[in-house]
Amino acid sequence: MASPASSIRQWLDERFPLDDIKSLAEKKKVPVHRYSYWYFLGGMTLFLFGVQVLTGALLLLYYRPGADEAFESVQFIMTQVHFGWLIRSVHSWSANLLIFMAFAHLFSVLFLRSYRKPRELTWVSGILLLFLMLGFGFSGYLLPWNTLSYFATKVGTEIPAQIPIIGRPTLLFLRGGEDITGSTLTRMFGFHVAILPAIATLLIGLHVGLIQWFGMSVPPSLEGEWQALPAERREVRFFPNFVLRELMAWYVALGLLGALAALFPWGLGVKADPFASAPAGIKPEWYFLFMFQTLKLIPAKVLGMDGEMLGILAFGVIGAVALLLPFLDREKPFNTRRWISGLACVFLGYMAVMTVYGWVAK
Amino acid sequence: MISIRNLTAAQRTVVLAAAICLIGPAVFAQTKNSCLDCHSNLPEPLGVTVETYSQNIHAQKGLTCAACHGGDANSDDPEKAMSRAAGWKGKIEHKQIPELCASCHSNAELMKKYNPGLRVDQFQQYKTSVHGMQWAKGDGKVAVCTDCHGVHDLRPPSDPRSKVHPTNIATTCSRCHADAEYMKPYGIKTDQFANYEQSVHHEAMVVRGDLSAPTCTTCHGNHGATPPGVANVTAVCSNCHVFQAQLFETSPHKEAFATIGLPGCVTCHSNHAIKHPTDEMIGMGPKAVCSNCHTVGDAGATQAEAMHDQLTQLVAAIDASDQLLGRAERQGMEVSQAKLQGAQARDALLKARVTVHAFRDSELKRDTDAGLAVTRQTYAAGQKAMEEWKFRRIGLGLSVMAIAITVVGLGLYIRNLEEK
Amino acid sequence: MHSASSASTVGPEPRSVLRRHFVSILLGTGLLASAASFLYPILRYLVPPKLPDLGGDAVLAAKISELKPNTAKTFRFGSRPGLLVETASGEYRAMSATCTHLGCTVQYRPDLREIWCACHNGMYDLNGRNISGPPPRPLEAFEVQVRGDGIFVRRKQEA
Repeated sequence: MASPASSIRQWLDERFPLDDIKSLAEKKKVPVHRYSYWYFLGGMTLFLFGVQVLTGALLLLYYRPGADEAFESVQFIMTQVHFGWLIRSVHSWSANLLIFMAFAHLFSVLFLRSYRKPRELTWVSGILLLFLMLGFGFSGYLLPWNTLSYFATKVGTEIPAQIPIIGRPTLLFLRGGEDITGSTLTRMFGFHVAILPAIATLLIGLHVGLIQWFGMSVPPSLEGEWQALPAERREVRFFPNFVLRELMAWYVALGLLGALAALFPWGLGVKADPFASAPAGIKPEWYFLFMFQTLKLIPAKVLGMDGEMLGILAFGVIGAVALLLPFLDREKPFNTRRWISGLACVFLGYMAVMTVYGWVAK
Repeated sequence: MISIRNLTAAQRTVVLAAAICLIGPAVFAQTKNSCLDCHSNLPEPLGVTVETYSQNIHAQKGLTCAACHGGDANSDDPEKAMSRAAGWKGKIEHKQIPELCASCHSNAELMKKYNPGLRVDQFQQYKTSVHGMQWAKGDGKVAVCTDCHGVHDLRPPSDPRSKVHPTNIATTCSRCHADAEYMKPYGIKTDQFANYEQSVHHEAMVVRGDLSAPTCTTCHGNHGATPPGVANVTAVCSNCHVFQAQLFETSPHKEAFATIGLPGCVTCHSNHAIKHPTDEMIGMGPKAVCSNCHTVGDAGATQAEAMHDQLTQLVAAIDASDQLLGRAERQGMEVSQAKLQGAQARDALLKARVTVHAFRDSELKRDTDAGLAVTRQTYAAGQKAMEEWKFRRIGLGLSVMAIAITVVGLGLYIRNLEEK
Repeated sequence: MHSASSASTVGPEPRSVLRRHFVSILLGTGLLASAASFLYPILRYLVPPKLPDLGGDAVLAAKISELKPNTAKTFRFGSRPGLLVETASGEYRAMSATCTHLGCTVQYRPDLREIWCACHNGMYDLNGRNISGPPPRPLEAFEVQVRGDGIFVRRKQEA
């Protein structure tokens, strides 16, 4: 018997096909080319989600859902619990970074055309995950039960209410009633810690599984190059080369999160008072700002129809287009690829401009 | 003979309708006030519009012009309406007004029918007032009922538009009492309103709308208006400022003032220009009132200086604590609990500023010490917050270093790996 | 991400072995230190802090032994003072002690069996209703619960 490590190895080897697993892992390769750095974004998103799960679970040990306790429990975490300020601030900052990273990952995949056959379902599951992350952000924002979150939720749930037929049932579903009350808090809590995580687990499992199955996609232009000159094709092993590099990136991200939490701790605000009037200039978190600002700017009536509703429907259409993008990428009747890139560029620019505009507008 | 029974249903309805239209008004209509038919169209001073009179509380209770002016308000014929036979008095003379109003308002049996809650001693009180006593002597310049309450647009005092609504009383009194020419024969100062306008009471009443704040009548009385005598001023102020008055009663100043013949409260705080008191009023400093009587070195002056120091010490401690906590908060530390505790120190300061009226520094010390105990705690909390802030930065620095080492290590490791 | 070209000299040598050794130590130290800097806060976090808050936001206002009938105690309720009164008949009443007029702290008057504000002579009854003087509004009433030997006060719960 040599070292404890090798005896453990032997123990496992007698029960599981360790060698097979090892050779499978060694076969995993990652293409290396001028766009390879974009490959990190997906893993980074996953890592940040992992941070959320860990810090979220820790917060769950002290958080109390309920209109009369939520704010106080967050205050307790920020002031009394050892390093509570760190866990909570990391959770809040990581949430924002996660959503930013998810969008970055989406656009990089789009421009690198990784959604092509056979990876359509990977894309679809990814878009659904993006919607889930936005849902996490929206539901989590209410949980501290301060003035900002109360009114942001109020405004945010009023918007889908504009949709004909399903609007009102959606409002009642989201709010757990007519108004934002303790019932809304309970409901959002349930979404945030149970329902959305369950769905996310399944989707992430599917998404990552599909990536393992299909391997990393290479942009079409490069594929052409490599087919012509096979010698040009370069790859590195996933284990350990790519993993180590990802680890570096994740470490940097951890450092960044720690710095943000220590230097810019997330504020507590003031406990929500439903009877107070909404503070001036209430607006949602930055990742919803572009939609919010758009809806604010749309005139009340457009072509005889209700402006706000049109805006909501427009965003719905964009969401549907995003979801079904792989199926819209075709060569017949005409090559849609340029259109996709072009529109994506325009939309990215629009989102950026509207977000900044919404941020600085009163 | 026509009898109702012989009419058809339709005809019966018509008769019924006609009956209601003709008889109804007579039974249900407002009391007829024919005077307004002409007088609403006449120019001043004979003109009284329907609108003006409708605001009058007497009109709303069903009284016509005739209730005061006599005459027959039912008659449309001016001759009959304004006939001596019908008791018409014409213009009521200024001097006749108190007794005219009292003819109803001092009659308990009569007033009970309209508003049992109303007092009926206004005229009695009036006769004890300076206004009343001057009136009794035949002075036509002093105020009578209508000068304050209004005449044809006389509203109840609870109506914010009434001249005797609490927010308007000072202005009403000032119509005479701020007019130097008018008041010349009486030798009374006319700066009271100007002084009152600078006071905290005016600010509370008129600016903040706090109807519990004092106005002229609160201290001087309304119908029995008299300036309080020197010995009585404290009693007047003590109706609201109970604690200060109680402390004053047991303080060395009570006997001292009584001996000299100075009124309590007013001597230091003034009667009308009662400004917001500051800590500078205590002690022997430039703005202090103590130096009006005390000289530096005497027993009182020493205590005054001690009390000033105690107050300023507490104020400074509260300030220092606030500043530290503010800094901690701006740097992202959570200090809401300590800030809330700071309210206790402010409460102690408020109490101390009342205890001053005992004019004994030993008593004041109890309150300022309580406040200082709280500020020590809140200051300590602020310091703890700043230390925690430093700790976080150091912790961050250390972990960033650890991360940097790891990242560099990983980079080199990868390079080594791939060199092979 | 390019395969690094060999920078060291030909053959296995002490220098590259040394370098690899150094890198391992560096990496090991870094990993250990950073792991410690992540684990330490998390482990500390898991240990509950010394002053746990009581269930809900009930505050221990006083022990039963502290009050006699027709006496009262001022206690801290969140940010502001509260007043706990044991009435002559032995009932407990709790309310905000901040006068609704100008914010002074009120007190219980056993001689009047009512609550009084020294600043301007405001009076409240034992239910907190303002009955005389300047106060414009009643004192906010709180819920009292007796558990064991402690009297606990908390905000009235909304239905």
